[in-house]
Amino acid sequence: MALETLSRPARTAGDAQRTRPGRRRWWWHVLLAPVAALFALPFVQMFLTALTPASEINRFPPRLIPSHLTLDGFVRLFQESPILHWLLNSTVVAVVGVGSHLVLCSLAGYGFARMRFAGRTMGFVLVIATIMIPTQLLMVPTYVMFARVGLINTLGAAIVPWLASAFGIFLMRQFFLSLPAELEEAAVLDGCTRLQVFWRVVLPLARPALATLAIFTLLGSWNDLVWPLIAINDEASFTVQLGIANFQGARRTDWSSLMAGNVVATLPLIAFFVVAQKQFIATMTFSGLKG
Amino acid sequence: MRPRSWRRSALTPSAHAQPAGPAAAPARTPERRRGPRKDRARRALTGWGFVSPAMLVVLGLSILPAVWAFVLSLQDWNGFSTPVGVGADNYRRLVTDTDLHAAVGHTLFYTVLFVPASVLLGLGLALLLNRSLFLVGVYRTAIFLPFVASAAATGILTTYLFNPQFGLANTVLRALHLPQQAWLEDPSQAMVVIALMSLWGQAAFTTVIYLAALQDIPTELTEAARIDGCNRWQAFWHVTFPQLAPVTVFCTVWQTIGAIQLFDLVYTTTRGGPLNATETIVYYLWQTAFKGLEFGYASAVAYGLFAVTLVITLGVVLYSRRAKVQAF
Repeated sequence: MALETLSRPARTAGDAQRTRPGRRRWWWHVLLAPVAALFALPFVQMFLTALTPASEINRFPPRLIPSHLTLDGFVRLFQESPILHWLLNSTVVAVVGVGSHLVLCSLAGYGFARMRFAGRTMGFVLVIATIMIPTQLLMVPTYVMFARVGLINTLGAAIVPWLASAFGIFLMRQFFLSLPAELEEAAVLDGCTRLQVFWRVVLPLARPALATLAIFTLLGSWNDLVWPLIAINDEASFTVQLGIANFQGARRTDWSSLMAGNVVATLPLIAFFVVAQKQFIATMTFSGLKG
Repeated sequence: MRPRSWRRSALTPSAHAQPAGPAAAPARTPERRRGPRKDRARRALTGWGFVSPAMLVVLGLSILPAVWAFVLSLQDWNGFSTPVGVGADNYRRLVTDTDLHAAVGHTLFYTVLFVPASVLLGLGLALLLNRSLFLVGVYRTAIFLPFVASAAATGILTTYLFNPQFGLANTVLRALHLPQQAWLEDPSQAMVVIALMSLWGQAAFTTVIYLAALQDIPTELTEAARIDGCNRWQAFWHVTFPQLAPVTVFCTVWQTIGAIQLFDLVYTTTRGGPLNATETIVYYLWQTAFKGLEFGYASAVAYGLFAVTLVITLGVVLYSRRAKVQAF
């Protein structure tokens, strides 16, 4: 199931309709266009407001389209908050998280899929069982644990939970199970060690699954708010999400710089989504099918 | 590209390659004869070498704290003092804590608003998008894009769009000559606004799941129904919809579990207000733990939540097994 889903991420639907005559097609546009516009509206407002002069926002009646566009909101944002530093922090969290996820989860997934060793089934069941545990249950003890080892208030606190995940191990195992074993057997006969087989033969074939895993981790680690909120109080270690949430508390009315912060925090993912939409959709589908 | 480079290196002799010829054979035999035990030990070592780094992280950050949380739930502890064992007192307090009961009520209200709406919206959008149509890619992007918006960004957007003075929502109402609303500042509306914006951010999820399911239904089935004289609606209701039942069950359970864990959007919009109207279970839990420093009681609340989640999941799994809907 996993492979099937991954290999055809976003097939554009409805082959049945393709053959039907084009009559009454406009009807679908009448339904879809307003819905799509409604979904796009908040983002449009976000970009517009970020570029609107402050004097035109807090006034009555509000004007929907600004008289002219300005970057003042961004200027104030960059001057009055260490947003670049927060962006850098988030980038570090995401890069380390994605890198570590790809390495650790694919190693473990391969081990669980292909190797026979004592305790394998038990180990895998244990890993899968943890998916059932809600994160809220873990907040307090994890906080205490991190405090004991001195991770609280450092960027490390935001990074460590993203090093690997049960979902990632499961995803990679399912993918490796769907690969034919013959290639690897041939490589073993040629004298490759297990690690060489994994690195040279298996991983290059696993690109679709790795892309899914990377996007899953990127989305989660970049957007996470709850855990950084609990674990980090020091502004120097804020992630960009925590930063803009805090900035909102400090500047309740400066909407153009608040929205500028929103743009800065969201634009990387928006750009990424537009470029790699198929992979994103495959990721969503898979994270739904894991249940 | 990669496989080729692998092939080349596999063919060139390396340190790991077995020397060819009959001389190699006797060297290998004794090792193999020394018994399967050593072999098994080495296999176990390699296997655990592969799986243990990730397992260490996953189990260390889930099973370990989960057990610890249970120990904490039997204690009275603020993080600094010496923990005092209180037996099941924390769990007894769950039954009498009226603030918690209010939070449960608010969470249920949100769940009832959000879950059916998100499942129906997902189904509707999937049916609309499941066709090849001019511009359908643009529509799809517009509907899916909010999925990448973080809770922090959505929260800031929500407070702006639903600002009573100059927010877009009231501007539209004014243009339609309808009465202005207080939205997030009105205890009876705040949760509805939060549910709406959750829908905005998460419609993509159920839509994608339904789209995948729709594409797995053979088109012959609906075509046969149409030939047999069904209209579009009948074909959908009698042929397509029953095929979607497992997905519907899955989406409902998944969204319910997510809904009863609502926290971040509340934090970034109302912080539980106005008049505690949006204080959810997890928000209450967070406040108890990290503002009130009642680590023991907060852990008991968390275990209560865990139990509810388990009961819902198991209940639906058992029900769907019996009803022969293969959702899980």
